[in-house]
Amino acid sequence: MAKVLRWDVLVGALLIAVFAAGSLTSPGFATVDNLSFALGDLGEIALIALAMTMLVVAAEVDLSVASVLGLSSALVGSLWDGGMAIEAIIPIAVLTGAVCGLVNGLLVTRLGLPSLAVTIGTLALYRGLAYVVLGDRAVAQFPPDYTALAVNDVPGTPIPYPIAVFVLLAAAVGVVLHATGFGRALYAIGAQEQAAFFAGIRVKRIKLLLFVISGTVAAFAGVVFTLRYGSARADNGVGIELAVIAAVLLGGVDFDGGKGTLGGVIAGVLLIGLLRNLLMLGDVSTEIQSIVTGLLLIVSVLTPRLVSLVRPALKGSP
Amino acid sequence: MTPMRLTAVTALLALGVAACSGTTKSTVTSAPAPAPASSSSAAKADPNAPIKQGLKLAFLPKAINNPYETIVDNAGIEAAKEYQGEAKEVGPSDASASSQISYINTLTQQGHDAILIAANDANAVCGPLQQARAKGIKIVAYDSDAAPECRDLFINQASSEEVGRSQVKLLAGMIGNKGDIAILSATANATNQNTWIKFMKDELGKPEYKDMKLVKVAYGDDDDQKSFTQTQGLLQAYPNLKGIISPTTVGISAAARYISGSKYKGKVVLTGLGTPNQMRQFVKDKTVEKFALWNPKDLGYLASYAAAALVSGQITGAEGETFKAGKLGERTIGKQGEVILGPPFTFDAANIDQFDY
Repeated sequence: MAKVLRWDVLVGALLIAVFAAGSLTSPGFATVDNLSFALGDLGEIALIALAMTMLVVAAEVDLSVASVLGLSSALVGSLWDGGMAIEAIIPIAVLTGAVCGLVNGLLVTRLGLPSLAVTIGTLALYRGLAYVVLGDRAVAQFPPDYTALAVNDVPGTPIPYPIAVFVLLAAAVGVVLHATGFGRALYAIGAQEQAAFFAGIRVKRIKLLLFVISGTVAAFAGVVFTLRYGSARADNGVGIELAVIAAVLLGGVDFDGGKGTLGGVIAGVLLIGLLRNLLMLGDVSTEIQSIVTGLLLIVSVLTPRLVSLVRPALKGSP
Repeated sequence: MTPMRLTAVTALLALGVAACSGTTKSTVTSAPAPAPASSSSAAKADPNAPIKQGLKLAFLPKAINNPYETIVDNAGIEAAKEYQGEAKEVGPSDASASSQISYINTLTQQGHDAILIAANDANAVCGPLQQARAKGIKIVAYDSDAAPECRDLFINQASSEEVGRSQVKLLAGMIGNKGDIAILSATANATNQNTWIKFMKDELGKPEYKDMKLVKVAYGDDDDQKSFTQTQGLLQAYPNLKGIISPTTVGISAAARYISGSKYKGKVVLTGLGTPNQMRQFVKDKTVEKFALWNPKDLGYLASYAAAALVSGQITGAEGETFKAGKLGERTIGKQGEVILGPPFTFDAANIDQFDY
């Protein structure tokens, strides 16, 4: 029971099933163009999901990521419109994201507030700031060299550059999470914060760092988003936080912390993306698409709980 | 702490260097404009080519549940049947800037002959539209334009200039070219409305309107409640107000609702852009005498025929080319690939019952 039927393995299998079904039923699905696009379309969600995985494993959450993305996009637009060099704008935008994350982290760790409440607040706050920075305007005409970086594939592969960045970061996060003491500390914090504290883990400092990483990555995703669409707007990426959290949960990370693997999350992101792509190719309406994704999410949260309820019953009480 | 400080200093230095020598807006905009798509310059139009049979078209509205766009798209889908084509409507449930992108990709993969799009963001849809064109798919924008270099044609519901000027003429005719007037617009940043208002102001500058004075442009943000209270505010602040122009369907119906139940009914003339179904009761109870709008069915119909003419090679999108748009007759392509539907249509008590949208 234990190893083979782990939820993240199941999601991986489901992903393969969707891919196979797509290749068989839809001629436009398994083409290089389509897959490359579908991957590119997931870029921002996938990037943010990396940081979110670490947060959720440590039993925290950051709902402000989409707003940080929007603020970063607005900032890129406003500074570019003001004549600043894009090479300077990008680090400024990413740095702003780090500051946003720092504010979240300080509120959570220094004041001891629940991250759900704090980041619902900053979700509204950062989006508001994005509108202050750029208003209702849309700024376009970004340098083609940079927009190409956000859209084009790495030469000779169907992998868009942002996804290549994601792969590198994912490898790093995978190693940190599953093969270092720091990674184990995250699981410990998520499973039993007090025990982790007494075991000598610097809980607050680590959480603060996670929020800073989350803000930084979200702001970087904002830069990618802006360049990919070639349009900076304050409302960019509204609602993305839910897609990210959906992917993380679908990937088998426990919302109560302490459980989950990065592999599962990556499979979750891909599953949501490919399923949506396939449903669209089949002319399934938007409403049905949301229903399918929603059901999948509920099943993913429900199944492990049911299994943990059923398993002891089958074995007899411990 | 020292290595961190060192990193910070290095980063700041790098930032400074980048700021001085990097790619800025001016270096990009001074670069030569990209050449027009090769497909349109290489191909030659054959006005006598027959419309191809079995064309596959797709309408991609701003959002799928927008009633106005549904009327436009359904008319376009009906038109496709006239020339034995096949058309469908797909689209996102929200009108955000980026939500149309995946649909463009999907339609490209599905191998349509043409994509007709009401763009949520002129630039955000540009890249994917270019990719679709590279695969030989024709792009027709309607209702809301995409950047001109990313589409073959834009079907404009009415020229902005004509909309603006005709609103002033319509109101002037009803108040005898005399008195204080106000405008109730959508948001302060709305592109359409601001262009129209610019032409309204220009028209008001003409000598025949010297006795008409624009006292205020108010913004109802295309929100029913806000437009309602803005109307109330206007009428209280300017007791001598003779007329209001509301060039937005939300604004005009909210204003009409307020006026119809107030002491200003019959004293203040309201006109603007509205749909017949929204305005019917206010025309019947004589709150509003005349208002205008283009016919959304004709917009979809024209877009559908334009796409068919493009795919069949009758036109390439160049200025001066003409094509036959079914019952609407012959149309000519104007500057920058624009085809104009025609002057806005004026509705009044005599004709409003012939329309249902």
